[in-house]
Amino acid sequence: MKVAFTTSGQNLDAPMDARFGRATGFLVYDTDSDTFEPVDNQQSVNTAQGAGIQATEAIVRHGANCLVTGHCGPNAFRALSAAGIRIYTTEAATVAEALEAFRAGTLATINSADVEGHWS
Amino acid sequence: MILAVASGKGGTGKTTVSVNLARSTGSAVQLLDCDVEEPNAHLFLCGLKTGSEIVTIPIPEVDESLCDACGECGRFCRYHAIVSFGASPLVFPEMCHGCGGCTLVCPRGAIREIGRRVGVVETQEVDGITLIQGRIDIGVAMAPPLIRAVKSRMNSKGATVILDAPPGTSCPVIATLRGSDYVLLVTEPTPFGLHDLRLAVDMVRELTIPFGVVVNRMGVGDDRVHQFCREQEIPILLEIPDDRRIAEAYSRGELVVDALPEYRSHFATLLWNIRDSRRSQS
Amino acid sequence: MTGMKVQELVIISGKGGTGKTSLTASFAVLAAFPILADCDVDAADLHLILAPTIRERHEFRSGNEAVIRSADCISCEKCFDVCRFGAVVPGGEGEAFAIDPVACEGCGVCVRFCPVAAIDFPESLCGEWLVSETRCGPMVHARLGVAAENSGKLVSTVRSEARRLAEENKHGLVIVDGPPGIGCPVIASLTGTSQALVVTEPTVSGEHDLERVLKLAQHFGIPTSVCVNKWDLNPAMTAQIEALALRSGARIAGRIRYDNGVTAAQMLGKAVVETEAPSAGDIRLVWKSLGL
Repeated sequence: MKVAFTTSGQNLDAPMDARFGRATGFLVYDTDSDTFEPVDNQQSVNTAQGAGIQATEAIVRHGANCLVTGHCGPNAFRALSAAGIRIYTTEAATVAEALEAFRAGTLATINSADVEGHWS
Repeated sequence: MILAVASGKGGTGKTTVSVNLARSTGSAVQLLDCDVEEPNAHLFLCGLKTGSEIVTIPIPEVDESLCDACGECGRFCRYHAIVSFGASPLVFPEMCHGCGGCTLVCPRGAIREIGRRVGVVETQEVDGITLIQGRIDIGVAMAPPLIRAVKSRMNSKGATVILDAPPGTSCPVIATLRGSDYVLLVTEPTPFGLHDLRLAVDMVRELTIPFGVVVNRMGVGDDRVHQFCREQEIPILLEIPDDRRIAEAYSRGELVVDALPEYRSHFATLLWNIRDSRRSQS
Repeated sequence: MTGMKVQELVIISGKGGTGKTSLTASFAVLAAFPILADCDVDAADLHLILAPTIRERHEFRSGNEAVIRSADCISCEKCFDVCRFGAVVPGGEGEAFAIDPVACEGCGVCVRFCPVAAIDFPESLCGEWLVSETRCGPMVHARLGVAAENSGKLVSTVRSEARRLAEENKHGLVIVDGPPGIGCPVIASLTGTSQALVVTEPTVSGEHDLERVLKLAQHFGIPTSVCVNKWDLNPAMTAQIEALALRSGARIAGRIRYDNGVTAAQMLGKAVVETEAPSAGDIRLVWKSLGL
């Protein structure tokens, strides 16, 4: 399975980014092969509107089944749910810590948006 | 004649000028309050309500029985208002600009359009003035569709139409000014006033509509606005003094020409000046 | 962790011209190490008081605009038929059509349906945003091009850059000079902020517009304070407005008197609290009451 982590960095020691739609990028981790792939999200950061939606499209393109992030806005939540992606939240400082918590099954899932969206 | 009253800076006196000018016009006049986010003209002109209509913009609705999840709609949309993740498309109504594109590109004809409410247009008759105002619903982001709806109710045959514009220089103001015969830019003789007047002048020149300036609160600052208008050969058609009594009448929702009759000639003269200026600029 | 919310104060008004920018400039002086963000991208004035030295300029490109290649146009009118925004200008007898860039909303329908693919669709240069230094701290500001769309997006860019600067430099507070109204640039200024201050005036217009902007802030769940500027112009209306604010769940941050000193300060390029103007004391009390 593929898990997307929101992050500003390129590897497992990178800090987690609390945002999803406006995260600078993602690390998509493949639990079967124990490999990861950085995905740039600059397009969503710069998009005219619908960053959360565009970010969802980006992780879907990379085959993500789950998302681990800090918060999720209402548009992103709708898009992620439609795409069948399970959303986990964390306050972990780095991707490695978040991954460990994910593997241990200690991360909470969310069933609705937990922050207000941003207009764009 | 279709006359628009605008400014770069907010609070310079657009509504004051619009409503007092409407009152001073005497003959058939329509006042269109195009500041649909914060319409204020009705606070100064209260009359008999003659109409109220809900305004909608077209947004897509997908017939799931016809949709085969090809994703063409999502790929086409520039606003992320319709997206498809291999399941039935999701619509985000607040993003939709109503362009109709998704409806046209769907290969299965599975998308039709329904109306999404954005606000209302209300009409009142007040002593020979027809007041038409738009009021956007709270939380709706885009003003231009409602502004266009307000303007569509204009009847300029034989009437003077005054458009009270919102402040600023971006799309709601442009939507208001397009198609006008003349623009009045209201400013104040201060640094903020001059700075924003320059922006408004650039905007009106981009639209190639003849224009003139009204300087409100004369005496509160200095003569920088006058200097600018002289250099740019922009006519100043009216100067309103920085009279605290005007501010107080405004605060109570009273027309200046009613509360302070000595200002009636100011607004009557303004009308003549506009007509003269328009003739000389055409 | 990056992307955590920094404390942010957004100053809005509903009605224009109530004194947002004048107040923001004074708050910039009173705050310790703030980051300033001028989100009134249509008519930005904060720089007239804070005199920024520009360090970075960035182009703001957002959305696209349709441009017809006249040489390839066959005057079939298809673009005119499909355009919902009145942006297609028909040519004369057999002449090429053209797109009015002011009216074009960049939807791409004409581009898709032109039978001879004669319409280009380049990205629009809508304006620019800047990062500057001021005597009060770093400032992010912007200028939207004439008649440009995507003002909400430019506002979001200014805000997120200001927040990024705050995180990087470990500043605790971003102060945002917001736009008037309740439309897309205001929504973009408000969503997800820590608190909002509405500056209003004791007039029927001020009251009417306050009610709408408070509803907007409530819609987004933003803790909101209200301050009546020029309060002594109409004390009865001031009381009425404060009662309205309280009923709507906002708190009262204070009152500022009608004072020619405000314009005098502006003429000198100073914040009111940098002068001896009588209203400076009122402004200090409002700042204090915000607890930032």
